[in-house]
Amino acid sequence: MLGRRLLNKNTIQLLNKNSNGVLSQGIKSFSTAKTAPPAKEPFKAVKYESTIDRVMGRIQEETERAQLGGGLKRIDVQHGKGKLLARERLDLLLDDGSFREYDMLVTHRCTDFNVEKTPGDGVVTGHGTINGKLVFVFSQDSTVNGGSLSEAHAEKICKIMDKAMLVGAPVIGLNDSGGARIQEGIASLAGYAEVFQRNVMASGVIPQISVIMGPCAGGAVYSPAITDYVFMVKDTSYLFVTGPEVVKSVTNQEISQEGLGGAKIHTTKSGVAHLAFDNDIEALKKVREFVTLLPSNPNQPAIREPFDSPSREDVVLDQIIPDDPNKPYDMKEVIERIVDEGEFFEIQPDFAKNIIVGYARMEGRTVGFVANQPKELAGCLDIDASVKAARFVRFCDCFNIPIVTLIDVPGFLPGTNQEHNGIIRHGAKLLYAYAEATVPKISIITRKAYGGAYDVMSSKHLRGDTNYSWPTGQIAVMGSKGAVEIIFRGKGDIKEQEQIYNDKFANPLPAARRGFIDDIIPPRMSRQYICEDLEILKNKKLSNPTKKHGNIVL
Amino acid sequence: MNRLFKVQSVIPKPTGWSSIRNFHSTSPSFMFEKILVANRGEIACRVMETCKKMGIKTVAIHSDVDRNAKHVSMADEAICVGPAPTSESYLNIDAIIEAIKMTGAQAVHPGYGFLSENSRFVKELENIGVTFIGPGSYAMHALGDKIESKRIAKEAGVSVVPGFIGEVDGMDHVLKIANEIGYPVMVKASAGGGGKGMRVCRNDEDVKIGFRLSKQEAKSSFGDDRMLIEKYIEHGRHIEIQVLSDGETALYFPERDCSIQRRNQKVIEEAPSPFMNEETRVKMGEEAAALCRAVGYKSAGTVEFLVDHDKSFYFLEMNTRLQVEHPITEEITKQDLVEHMIRIAYGEKLKIKQSDLKIHGWAMESRVYAEDPYRNFLPSIGRVKKYIRPSGPGIRIDGGIFEGAEISTYYDPLISKLITFGENRKNVITKMKRALDEYYIKGVNHNVAFLRDVMENKDFVDGNVTTDFIPKEYPEGFQGYKFSPKQIEQLSICAVFLRFVEQHKNLTNSANTSRTSSISPDILYIAKVENVRHSVHFYPLENEGETEESSKFMVQFIDQDKDGEVLKEFEVNLVDATPQFIKLNIGGISHRFQIHDKSATAFTLQFHGSKIPVTVLTPEEDLLTQYMPVKKTVDSSNSLISPMPGTILSLAVNVGDKVVLGQELCIVEAMKMQNVLRAPKDCEIKSINVKPGQVVSVDEVLIDFK
Repeated sequence: MLGRRLLNKNTIQLLNKNSNGVLSQGIKSFSTAKTAPPAKEPFKAVKYESTIDRVMGRIQEETERAQLGGGLKRIDVQHGKGKLLARERLDLLLDDGSFREYDMLVTHRCTDFNVEKTPGDGVVTGHGTINGKLVFVFSQDSTVNGGSLSEAHAEKICKIMDKAMLVGAPVIGLNDSGGARIQEGIASLAGYAEVFQRNVMASGVIPQISVIMGPCAGGAVYSPAITDYVFMVKDTSYLFVTGPEVVKSVTNQEISQEGLGGAKIHTTKSGVAHLAFDNDIEALKKVREFVTLLPSNPNQPAIREPFDSPSREDVVLDQIIPDDPNKPYDMKEVIERIVDEGEFFEIQPDFAKNIIVGYARMEGRTVGFVANQPKELAGCLDIDASVKAARFVRFCDCFNIPIVTLIDVPGFLPGTNQEHNGIIRHGAKLLYAYAEATVPKISIITRKAYGGAYDVMSSKHLRGDTNYSWPTGQIAVMGSKGAVEIIFRGKGDIKEQEQIYNDKFANPLPAARRGFIDDIIPPRMSRQYICEDLEILKNKKLSNPTKKHGNIVL
Repeated sequence: MNRLFKVQSVIPKPTGWSSIRNFHSTSPSFMFEKILVANRGEIACRVMETCKKMGIKTVAIHSDVDRNAKHVSMADEAICVGPAPTSESYLNIDAIIEAIKMTGAQAVHPGYGFLSENSRFVKELENIGVTFIGPGSYAMHALGDKIESKRIAKEAGVSVVPGFIGEVDGMDHVLKIANEIGYPVMVKASAGGGGKGMRVCRNDEDVKIGFRLSKQEAKSSFGDDRMLIEKYIEHGRHIEIQVLSDGETALYFPERDCSIQRRNQKVIEEAPSPFMNEETRVKMGEEAAALCRAVGYKSAGTVEFLVDHDKSFYFLEMNTRLQVEHPITEEITKQDLVEHMIRIAYGEKLKIKQSDLKIHGWAMESRVYAEDPYRNFLPSIGRVKKYIRPSGPGIRIDGGIFEGAEISTYYDPLISKLITFGENRKNVITKMKRALDEYYIKGVNHNVAFLRDVMENKDFVDGNVTTDFIPKEYPEGFQGYKFSPKQIEQLSICAVFLRFVEQHKNLTNSANTSRTSSISPDILYIAKVENVRHSVHFYPLENEGETEESSKFMVQFIDQDKDGEVLKEFEVNLVDATPQFIKLNIGGISHRFQIHDKSATAFTLQFHGSKIPVTVLTPEEDLLTQYMPVKKTVDSSNSLISPMPGTILSLAVNVGDKVVLGQELCIVEAMKMQNVLRAPKDCEIKSINVKPGQVVSVDEVLIDFK
């Protein structure tokens, strides 16, 4: 039963019913992809006991101990908290029977303080497939020493990360750990650093995803922080550098774990986490969906068979821009009307809502979408939006995911708050990210493209491959009201001056005459244009000057 | 397989009105050249269809929020007559007169509602020499006024409802009359219509509140707050006669039965009535025609009657305009009423005779509203994100919106009128069910679930409906369709199928390194609908001799407790699939499901009109679900929550007041309807979060209780 899940009595019973019932009905096996090693029959005592029999017996015993983890009592506690066990999680995450475990029998080497020794040492590692796609995984077991990270625990994680980089497959970490194993002292800290170093080395080589499914505190947070995506489970997961007790003793501020570093804070305020889910099952299912969208490495484009026509027109887009330039509309609807089957996987939907980022498919190809959201802050770029989009653009560029940008931006958000907190520095990140990106870049201006924000948002001047505008596009230095004040200094008929300005600039013609946009397209045909361009650009080759690495404005 | 899930462009084909054939539109030697349609929504579109057919140019008027509306895009010319509120746009007579002058329209069709029964408007038109397509101002004034019309009807020999013929005012007077007539009574606005400004009152208390609210509604909707009061006849049927009169000849059409009403607003209408016999039909028709002749009526109109269980009937009122439900009369008599109205207004005489108005088959109309049937039919607003209309022979849709339209609080929440027609009633109900199943609306709440439920109601199917049908059949309000065990099985099959399709799509990803390139041939899923769970075993069947991949599947319901014993087995065939619909043939019968939402573990399907989430899990996921924490729900019992978006009209309480269960707390106005919100229990007011005039959204907390 190597690689089988660990369950409590109740579930074992249910499972037996299951496998004896359905599976033995003469029906074909439920998965032909089963690669689990053959089940080992329990060792039966015979009169003569050979060496190998004895060894087999010990292997059996240790394997069983490893699978039991922290024991039935702790298993019930874990379930009681609404959390699944490390192995149960992997079962749900990976294709049925695809999990191959490594280092099941590894134990820690600590001799102080009588630390409990359990084979596996609090983490389950290995590889498996998600919809047939190879992934490497580790899943921390908080029933074993609280899931704390020992030197051996760290080594196990490092091993699968090294292997993942070697073969170019994503790493998914399921975090549920109390932190460093204090009894091991510096050895545990060294373990963390080894993991961090690998996270950094793997960055841009393979996608790294962290799912926080329990506590993750102190130094431990920096591994997920470096990974590309951080997902959390609501109510059961926390991320913080120092916990509520320390916060209280230092600042005398009372705060709960949830309030300090719960899923809500990190997906709405801090921007540390990208998505939050209701429970373990939903989280793992969504990770499956997400991983299927992503490429495994920069050399393997993510594509699946198309299930939507590239020439599908959507007449609603022709009417979606309100006549009143100050009236908002939902840019998310624009995206959903353009992409395959209307399916859009949004990243950080609740953080910096004034910009939308996420993945969708165009003719089966995974594409990253960046779009201003006129419904929030009129679609202005601010610090959070710039940082959110910059990181997204850079991820897409790392893994050769084409970027489609939909633009309706009145500019950068004004204010002392923004200026004092460094909108210059942070806004520059987005500019840097777009300018540096060598993947296919397609943009559509749906309405406003004003000022510096026009330049930043995937403009022609930042090596945009195709830049379109809808007939409703307005590409100008600023809106008519402000511009008229500057040009005419408040003299004369403001209404008339605004009209003159609007006629001149509040349309896509000046940009089209200069070739800054390639074409003015009917909104309803946006999908068709994008699909064609992606096809043309699929073999795009562009590289930046050879350098050690650029110095992005951090 | 892929071929089956691929979708070509889904552009809805226009259907509906075009099904009405061309009548005597062959000979317009002289006719109006341009008509202004002083209305919006479906009725404006409906009138323009006929104008187009007759070769007449059309002018639309619109408010500024309606500038992209369907009726605007249909018209040859469009003029903006004011901002969103109807009193400043569609009721703005001066601006409309201006629009007529600007465009040179020779006639005005008012549709229904708005200015259709406004005699001042008719006079203004007469002043500038423009024809009003409707009765003259005398007939309109005399009949449009409920008090006056009763008097005239009585004189013309029409049987009328017992009551007080005259205006009532002042609470004492109202109460006195109400008690004289005897409860229940109906208070209604003399100028009313469309369910606005009228209320049924069963005691003095009801009268006190009902009279005040109706009066206010009448003031804001019709600009005329004169009220009358009459006996409310319970368990009656609302049957009406369409009339057409050119001033000399008055013809009556076969009746319409409009008994299914809520809040005195019609929901489902049919023609003819399943309750009528030829004798009564003729008798009612003759009385209606007599009334027309009595006032020299010159246009199309409708005489409404209340019919008792013994087929005795009472005149209620006459509507001097085109009715919402006119299409069912058109479908069973093959006449174009709008065309007749235009011709009569131009001065032509009727070319048809009474003997031409025979009944051809049966027709039924369902009014599809943007409203929430689960919340006492409160109006719903929002953007119609997806809109796919049913189509086919025997289906007509008179609609005024398209996908992407905004349903706002300013106007009537009618999405469309769905009309089906055929040889007999049974056939028409079957078509209606199919059409409702094919009607896909996303973005706003709608009453399709309710309409669909009525179509399966036994009394309705038997034709036993009276005006109290809805309160009688849905005493606790509409609770949603009750799915039978069989339907739950079908829902389970559909959801499992969708899950299978999704899995199949995901496995086509290019990084699939698995040694098996496609999905494992058979799968076991646990499907959960409400509290019912099924273990569903699913596998594709081999297709004999066909090159295309299989679209045939075997579905087995198995008992996991009994070693996987097969309980039931179905062969399932994929008939059709789009992102919105899936049609499966399950065990030889085709079922159509609408796909509305998809989460990590569930599909929300619409089946028999009602939406329901179906959870599909693998056996492992199902086992582990028991450990998942139960979601916390917010306790809302300690506050008053706005059940709909609208405007706070008035507050009846102050902070610190002690209120008792059912006491009025505030009034929210939405879509011209005043809704009284009452205390859900005995309690004390802790805080009031709104003030009169404030616009509130749905689920907004208005008042907190201690």
